[in-house]
Amino acid sequence: MFRDIGQLVLLAWQTFLALPQVWRQRRKVFEQLFEMGNASLFVACIVSLFIGGVITLQTGPTLVERGLASAVGGLVGLSICRELGPVMMAILIAGRIGSAIAAEIGSMAVYQEIDALRTMNISIVRYLVLPRVVAISIALPALVVFAIMVGWLGGAIAANYNTQIAISYQSFFTNLRQVVEVGDVVKGIIKAFVFAVVIGIVTCHQGLKTIGGPRGIGRSVTKAVVNSIVLILILDYFVTRILMEFKS
Amino acid sequence: MSDPTPRDPSVNVTIRGLRKSFGGEPVLKGIDLDIRRGEIFVIMGPSGSGKSVLLKHIIGLETPDAGEILIEGESIQSPGVMDKYRMAMVFQSGALLNSLTVGENVGLYLTEHRLKPRAEIARIVADKLELVGLKGREDMYPSELSGGMKKRAAIARSLVIEPQLILYDEPTSELDPLMAVTIGEEILSLNRRIHVTSIVVSHDRELAFGIADRIALINEGTIILVGTPDELRASAEPIVQKFLTADHKLKPKQP
Repeated sequence: MFRDIGQLVLLAWQTFLALPQVWRQRRKVFEQLFEMGNASLFVACIVSLFIGGVITLQTGPTLVERGLASAVGGLVGLSICRELGPVMMAILIAGRIGSAIAAEIGSMAVYQEIDALRTMNISIVRYLVLPRVVAISIALPALVVFAIMVGWLGGAIAANYNTQIAISYQSFFTNLRQVVEVGDVVKGIIKAFVFAVVIGIVTCHQGLKTIGGPRGIGRSVTKAVVNSIVLILILDYFVTRILMEFKS
Repeated sequence: MSDPTPRDPSVNVTIRGLRKSFGGEPVLKGIDLDIRRGEIFVIMGPSGSGKSVLLKHIIGLETPDAGEILIEGESIQSPGVMDKYRMAMVFQSGALLNSLTVGENVGLYLTEHRLKPRAEIARIVADKLELVGLKGREDMYPSELSGGMKKRAAIARSLVIEPQLILYDEPTSELDPLMAVTIGEEILSLNRRIHVTSIVVSHDRELAFGIADRIALINEGTIILVGTPDELRASAEPIVQKFLTADHKLKPKQP
């Protein structure tokens, strides 16, 4: 395990050092971005809409019962932008994009394509890891911005149509605007960025160390996704704790 | 990338006491070899004898447990050697990048190292593909090629590097006899044309005796014999003779 952590940190550092060369790899970054956006935007919107809705359903009736109807918009708005938006999107992307990255790089490792790159003295970090990590670091925060807005909308719809809550769109969003500040959304985006780097590095690393045939690729994909999600949930606590030091 | 010396761009390879184990199982048990500049050196041996592992050590894809591989006296593991000498390997499967077209694969080295302008790379790629009989296939993807075509595209990719050392891993496996001869001719003509040191790993006896300047016979991780094809034929070693004379004699002789 410690060896894996060491390798992950090393890969992250090498990727960071390769950042000045990202412009050279811009075509690959755009390709990856297009694939990630294409694969995830619609699903992200659907998931966020329903997460917003369910959070409102879970909290709305209790708050309304206690005469705190005016707090529903703020509570839903905050929980989505600070926590649920970034974490749920990161988990979704780890499954959707992380698995694809691990499978693609894993199959390149198994079918000697990575060996071929090495014999041509082409940097694996620059050619394979950098474009994917950069693309996912742009894509996930962007998706989280969408997810937050759609999540709020989902919350507002549920608050409006559920008879136990029955809060109008206007009062939902008025309360949301009073409570949620731009800084809260920025914190969500920062979290998303950290999670994106984790997903990119973990899945690339797992792909690169794939051995065996198709079964090895399957094992790598599973490990890449599970490890990414576990790391995201652990890091979530620490990133939240650090961000608490910065007042919105 | 430094320019090779104009007189003789090829390199020599020295292997000393090379040992490698996987999971406690020794695969290479102390290999010593001297491969001369510009020769075609064939490493022959039965399946599982350690040929491909040896080849991977020579190009630095594997790290030895003990011993060293020297390119012109410099360890392959030392930093900068891969930048200093141009080396290429033709993998058994071709190992073309499936996400790139044939043209992009062949020109990858030049593109990634930014050695030529785009138009010139396209011209070089077209030339090399024509050389291996794949003219006009630039826009096809590796998945659309047959096994032999993939191998030839991989050779074209190696040619673009203008290597000083080229390694071939089972270049004729999975090929029909005609294509195997074509690939053998290609290895030979490339060696004669650019005088590149060529190391070929194969268990194809006809290929080995057809193209080799010298042959090494490896068995169970140990070099049994190194010599010219004639010296190998004349060897009285039972294991050498057994390997050289093994034949399909499955059907009983007709009376």
